[in-house]
Amino acid sequence: MGIKAKDIHEDIAWQDMTVGCEIYEPGTSELTKTGEWRSRTPVWNPDVCKQCLMCTPYCPDSSIPVKDGKRTDFDYDHCKGCGICLEVCPFKAITWKDE
Amino acid sequence: MSIRERLSGNEAVATAMRQINPDVFAMFPITPSTEIPQYFAQYVADGKVDTEFICVESEHSSLSACLGAEAAGCRAVTATSSAGLSYMNEVLYVAASSRLPVVLAVACRALTGPININHDYSDSMAERDSGFIQIYAENNQEVYDNYLMAHRIAEHESVRLPLMVCEDGFITSHAIENIELEEDDKVKAFVGEYNPENYLLKKENPLAVGPYGISPYYMEARVAQAQAMKNAKKVILDVADDFYNTFGRRYSFFEAYKMEDAEIAMVIMGSSAGTAKVAVDKLREAGVKAGLVKIRVFRPFPSEELCEVLSNCKAVACMDKSEGFSAAGGPLFAETAGAVINAANRPKLIDIIYGLGGRDFTVYAANSVFERLQEIVKTGDVGEVYTHLGQRER
Repeated sequence: MGIKAKDIHEDIAWQDMTVGCEIYEPGTSELTKTGEWRSRTPVWNPDVCKQCLMCTPYCPDSSIPVKDGKRTDFDYDHCKGCGICLEVCPFKAITWKDE
Repeated sequence: MSIRERLSGNEAVATAMRQINPDVFAMFPITPSTEIPQYFAQYVADGKVDTEFICVESEHSSLSACLGAEAAGCRAVTATSSAGLSYMNEVLYVAASSRLPVVLAVACRALTGPININHDYSDSMAERDSGFIQIYAENNQEVYDNYLMAHRIAEHESVRLPLMVCEDGFITSHAIENIELEEDDKVKAFVGEYNPENYLLKKENPLAVGPYGISPYYMEARVAQAQAMKNAKKVILDVADDFYNTFGRRYSFFEAYKMEDAEIAMVIMGSSAGTAKVAVDKLREAGVKAGLVKIRVFRPFPSEELCEVLSNCKAVACMDKSEGFSAAGGPLFAETAGAVINAANRPKLIDIIYGLGGRDFTVYAANSVFERLQEIVKTGDVGEVYTHLGQRER
């Protein structure tokens, strides 16, 4: 119970794992860099972007952060490169780049 | 004071459940375990329990509902047999690896095919590697007593594994026998409340159950689970000691019957042990040093203890009531052979597959096995190691 998700890593002994791999705190998905799974990378072009914010709610991984009512650059630690943002962008402000 | 009653095995299990009053019973009926939820439904209707009684659409769902309830912090139970247990297969492994101590009553029944509703251990033996603790009973008294001990073993903090309380379909589940029941308040005091440290509904402490375990974690998780099964051995004995001190009936991993000086012995499980004991008694009267080991706890398997009790025997027959189709013997034989393999004076070992799909097992049949063992001792020749007993042959 004392063990935190950040303390569970690939070097710990089996004795230090939690029972049944339980995790005793919320929001730990941030610790897992799912961006490593990406094979293609969406690239945001702020010059073309009209800040319509269509892309943000469509992102299944909450990887398009919004600050002061405007989207900022991708959270590449967690973007899996699904490409939904490219599809929904009405202004072609997002393009592919191969990893 | 114990209460003298006469009950079927199923009613004994349902009575134990009523006394324990679990939080959740998720049920789907299948012969011969159906009476357990049937009796329990009556207790719910009569207000004798305040259990959440959920009728689901399959055994896969009944165990899944139990799993969810356990993760939420509840004590959850169910019952099944045969194809129902097979249908739970996937979820059995999830319950065990998530370390959720569901208690599952199994009225053991043959698996199809041919389709058959009678007793053997094909269903429970097929799940021997699921990570469930498995405890077997010879008669109604034992299945009741095993059930009273089940939750304490499964829920112990050093164990936290699900547990199957196994009884023999129809033979134990439906036959009515004399039984000593314990008083409700004494059972409640013995079993205690279930207060897990962490659970989904504990609002101060959000919990995630069953996360994905990639290769760098899976092996560690399995080793930890294997350790829990090893830990269960001590807990099973500790709970049995407390049970003896509280209710006066003694249990261990197995019952060693007339084994002190036995030269030939049978390793057997369940109701057949009662039949085989009569054969042992008759042989003893005739001066033959015969004995019997009735395995009660199959998971965790009591290897060291069994090796010790068999090490002075000259020939041992393992009695398998399920066909593993290994072409080399059944599961009880494989486990027993593994247990004695490093003993300095290990006995000659044979495997007898018997009693499949409710085929009767008689004192005469048991005696024929002991005669084979006597022949092995006399000639030193094991003969055919893996054979079947009780089938018609040309």
